[in-house]
Amino acid sequence: MWKNLPLFPERASALAWQVDGLYFLLVAVSAFFTLLIFVLIFVFAVKYRRSVHPHPVQIEGSLPLELAWTLIPLGICMIFFAWGSLIYFQEARPPQGAMEVYVVAKQWMWKFEHETGQREINQLHVPLGRDVKMIMSSQDAIHSFYVPAFRIKADVLPGRYTSTWFHPTKVGTYHLFCAEYCGTDHSGMIGQVIVMEPYAYQAWLSGGGATGSLAENGQQLFQQLGCSTCHRFDTQGRGPNLTNIFGKPVLLDDGRTVVADENYIRESILNPGAKIVSGFKPIMPTFQGQVSEENLMALVAYIKSLSQPASGPASNQAAASVSSNGQ
Amino acid sequence: MATAVQSVERENYLNSNYGIKSWLLTSDHKRIAMLYLISITAMFWIGGFFAMLIRLELLTPAGDLVSSDTYNKLFTMHGIIMVFFFLIPSVPAVIGNFVIPLMIGAKDLAFPRINLLSWYIYMAGAITAIVAMVTGGVDTGWTFYTPFSTTYSNTHVIGAAIGIFIAGFSSIFTGLNFIVTIHRMRAPGMTWRRLPLFCWSNYAAALIMVLGTPVVAITLLLVALERAFNIGVFNPQLGGDPLLFQHLFWFYSHPAVYIMILPGMGVISEIIACFSRKRVFGYEFVALASIAIAVLGFLVWAHHMFVAGISVYAALVFSLLSYLVAIPSAVKVFNWTATLYKGSIRYETPMLYAFGFIGLFTVGGLTGVFLASLGIDVHVTDTYFVVAHFHYVMVGGMVMAYMAGLHFWWPKISGRMYPEAWAKLSALLVFVGFNTTFFPQFILGYMGSPRRYHAYPPEFQVLNVLSTAGASILAVGYVLPMIYFLWSLRYGELAPPNPWNAVGLEWMTPSPPPTHNFDETPIVTWEAYDYEHQPQEEVSVGH
Repeated sequence: MWKNLPLFPERASALAWQVDGLYFLLVAVSAFFTLLIFVLIFVFAVKYRRSVHPHPVQIEGSLPLELAWTLIPLGICMIFFAWGSLIYFQEARPPQGAMEVYVVAKQWMWKFEHETGQREINQLHVPLGRDVKMIMSSQDAIHSFYVPAFRIKADVLPGRYTSTWFHPTKVGTYHLFCAEYCGTDHSGMIGQVIVMEPYAYQAWLSGGGATGSLAENGQQLFQQLGCSTCHRFDTQGRGPNLTNIFGKPVLLDDGRTVVADENYIRESILNPGAKIVSGFKPIMPTFQGQVSEENLMALVAYIKSLSQPASGPASNQAAASVSSNGQ
Repeated sequence: MATAVQSVERENYLNSNYGIKSWLLTSDHKRIAMLYLISITAMFWIGGFFAMLIRLELLTPAGDLVSSDTYNKLFTMHGIIMVFFFLIPSVPAVIGNFVIPLMIGAKDLAFPRINLLSWYIYMAGAITAIVAMVTGGVDTGWTFYTPFSTTYSNTHVIGAAIGIFIAGFSSIFTGLNFIVTIHRMRAPGMTWRRLPLFCWSNYAAALIMVLGTPVVAITLLLVALERAFNIGVFNPQLGGDPLLFQHLFWFYSHPAVYIMILPGMGVISEIIACFSRKRVFGYEFVALASIAIAVLGFLVWAHHMFVAGISVYAALVFSLLSYLVAIPSAVKVFNWTATLYKGSIRYETPMLYAFGFIGLFTVGGLTGVFLASLGIDVHVTDTYFVVAHFHYVMVGGMVMAYMAGLHFWWPKISGRMYPEAWAKLSALLVFVGFNTTFFPQFILGYMGSPRRYHAYPPEFQVLNVLSTAGASILAVGYVLPMIYFLWSLRYGELAPPNPWNAVGLEWMTPSPPPTHNFDETPIVTWEAYDYEHQPQEEVSVGH
C-alpha cells in the first residue's frame, strides 16, 4: 500500500530540483517553528497548570522579545523571498533558442502544434534535453497548463498569449493537468507529456501527420487572407513591411515604442487600430472572428520566421532550431 | 442553589418578552446575535452537507457517486455558503454582536435598528443564494472566475452573485456599527489602551468590512451585468479583460480572509488570558498587529495570481508584501504562547479549543509562507496544497476560534453551563478529525493533485481515503456541540454571572444579561486582563 503513497512527484525537469530544494528548506523551518510552538505550549500548560502553580506571575511584555520575534522571522522570510524569486525569474524567462510549441486550450482538451507542423491532442511529445517553450492561448475560459513533474504551471487565457517553458531531464510519461477550473469536464482536461530520447523524437517527427510546417501554413494564410497585398516585402506597401520586425522595437504614431512580440502581432491582427505603426494610416480591417486560434498562431509563426537570418519560411529546419524571441 | 434560581427568574434579555414578534422586531443586540446564531448554524450544516458529499465522491478515483456537473456545483455551493454566509458573519455577527457592547459597558450597539436591518439583509442574501442553488445550482467555484462565469457557465450565476451582493450590505452595516460603537459608546474609563483585544480585532475586521466589501459587491454586480447584457468588462471577445476580474475579486477576497480570522484571534486572546489568569503578553503589540494585518491585508491580493499572467515585477512586489503580512500573525502566536509562561493554567473546553487554534493556525500561517514564495507557488497553486492551507486557516483557525468563543460565552448567552466532559470530547474529535482530513491534502497538493477535480489519477487515492475518514470524525466533532448546547438550554446547570472568574465587563452583569445590559453604567479603572487583582478563590465553579 505504501508503494502507492509517494510524497513527491517525479523530478523530470532542470527546475524540479531547485523547487524541491526550496521546499525542503521551507518544510524544515516550518517544522522547527511548529514544533517550537507545540512544545512550548505543552511544557507551559503542564508546568504551570493550576494545581501546581496556583499563583500566576504577571508579566507586562518585553520589547526585546517582541523585536526578536518580529525581526528573526522577517529575516528568514527574506531568504525565502529571494530564493523563491530567483526560481520565478528563471521560469519567466525562456532561454534563447528554445523549441516552440503552440498550444490552444479549449473546453476540455489541449491542442498542440509543433513548429514542424505536427498536431497533437492531449499528448505532447518533446525531446530530452531541449528547452521547450509553450506559447499558449485559450479559445474559451481560462485554463492552466500544469505539469507537476516539471514543477511548472501557467494560466492559459483567452485573448492573449501566455508562455512557460521547461527543460526535460528524464525520459518518461508525465501528467498534464488543467489546473484552472473550467467547467463540466475540468477534471477530464488532462493529458500526457512524453519525453523521448532525441533520436526517438526525430523518428516520431518523421512519422508523418504534418502537412507543412506551422510557418508554411501561416504563409498560405497570409496570401489567402490578403495580408500580402498591403504588407509587401518592399517599401511600397500600404502596411508596414513585416520582414525582420519580430522581437524588435516598433515606433508607434503616438510616440510610444513597443516590442513586436507574439501578443503585439496577435493584437495587430484582431484589433489593428490599437497600435498604429508610425507613418502608416489606420486602414487595416479587423480579422476578429475570421481567424481561428490555430490560424492566428500559424500567422504569428510565419511572421516570426520572416525575422530569422538567412532562412525563408519554407525552411523547417531553421524554424525548428532558431528563435529570435527575446521575450 | 437558591440564589441561582433567583437569578434565572430575574428579568433578562431572553425572558423579557415572548413571542415570535418580540424576536423578529427586536433591536436588542443580544437577541439579534441569537437570530444570527440560528441562521449561520443552519448555513453551516448546509455547507457541511455539501462537504460530506464532496468527500464521499473523492473516496474513489473515478467520478462515480455524482456527475461532474453535480460535483462542480457541490464545491461551488460549499464555498459560497461557508465563506459568505457562515465564516464572514460567524464571530463578528454572533459573538461580536453579543459581547462587544457588554465588553465596553454599553447598553447596545450604536445603531440598534441598523443592526436588525443587517440581519434581514443577510437573510435576504442567504435566501436569494439558496433559491439559486435549489433551482439548479451554480458551478463557477466560489471565486466566479471570468470569462467562465460570465460566458460559459450555464448555471444560476446571477442569482448566486446577487445573493452575495445583498449579503455584502449586511457585512458593511455590521462593520459600520462596530466602528461607531467602539469609538463612541465605551464606558467612562474604558480607554483604547484598556480595550479588550477582542474589541481591537473586531474593530480591525470592521475596517476591512466597510472598505473592502463594496469592491466585491460591485465586482459581482459587473459579472451579473456582463452575463445578462454582454457589457464587455471581462470577456476579451467583447474587449474586456479576464484578469481585471481577478484583481477586483481578490482585492476584497484576500482581505476577507482577515475579516474571517481577525475576530477569531480576538476570541483566542480573551480565552488564553482568562484560563492562564494573566494579562496578555505584549498587549500593545497584539492590538497593533490586528491593525497591521488589516492594513497590509489590502496590499497582497495579487498573490492569488502568480501564474495568471501578471508581470514578473508585479509578482515580486506582491510576494514581498505577502511575507510582510505573515509577520504580525507570527507576533500574535508568539505573544499568546508567552502569555502561558508562568500562568496558572486550567484546561476547560474553551482553552482546549484555543490551544487547537494556535497549533492549527501556526500550520496554516506557515504554509501561507510557502505560497508567498514565488517558486513554490507556481507548483502548488490551484492544487490541494492551497485547499489544505486555507482550511487550516479558515477551519483550523476560525472555526476553532468560533467554537472556543461559543463555549466561553455560552454561560453568558444562555444562562446555562454546557456539559464539560462532552465538550472536551468534542474538542478532541475536532482536532483529530481536522488534522486527519486536511494534513494529507498538503502532501496531495505537492504531488500535483489539482483542486476542483471530480475524478483523479489512482495514485492519489490513499491520501484521499484518509482525508474522507478524517472528515467523518470531524463531522461527529461538530454534531456533538450542536446536541449538548441544545440540551443545556433546558438541562444545563444554571450559570453564575462569572463562571470562569474572568475579568471583563461582560462578566460583571448577570447571566443571561438583562436587556439593558447593566443596571448602572460601569466605570472602568483597570486595564484589560487585570487578573492580578482578581481574587483567586472563586475558581472552582460549575461541574
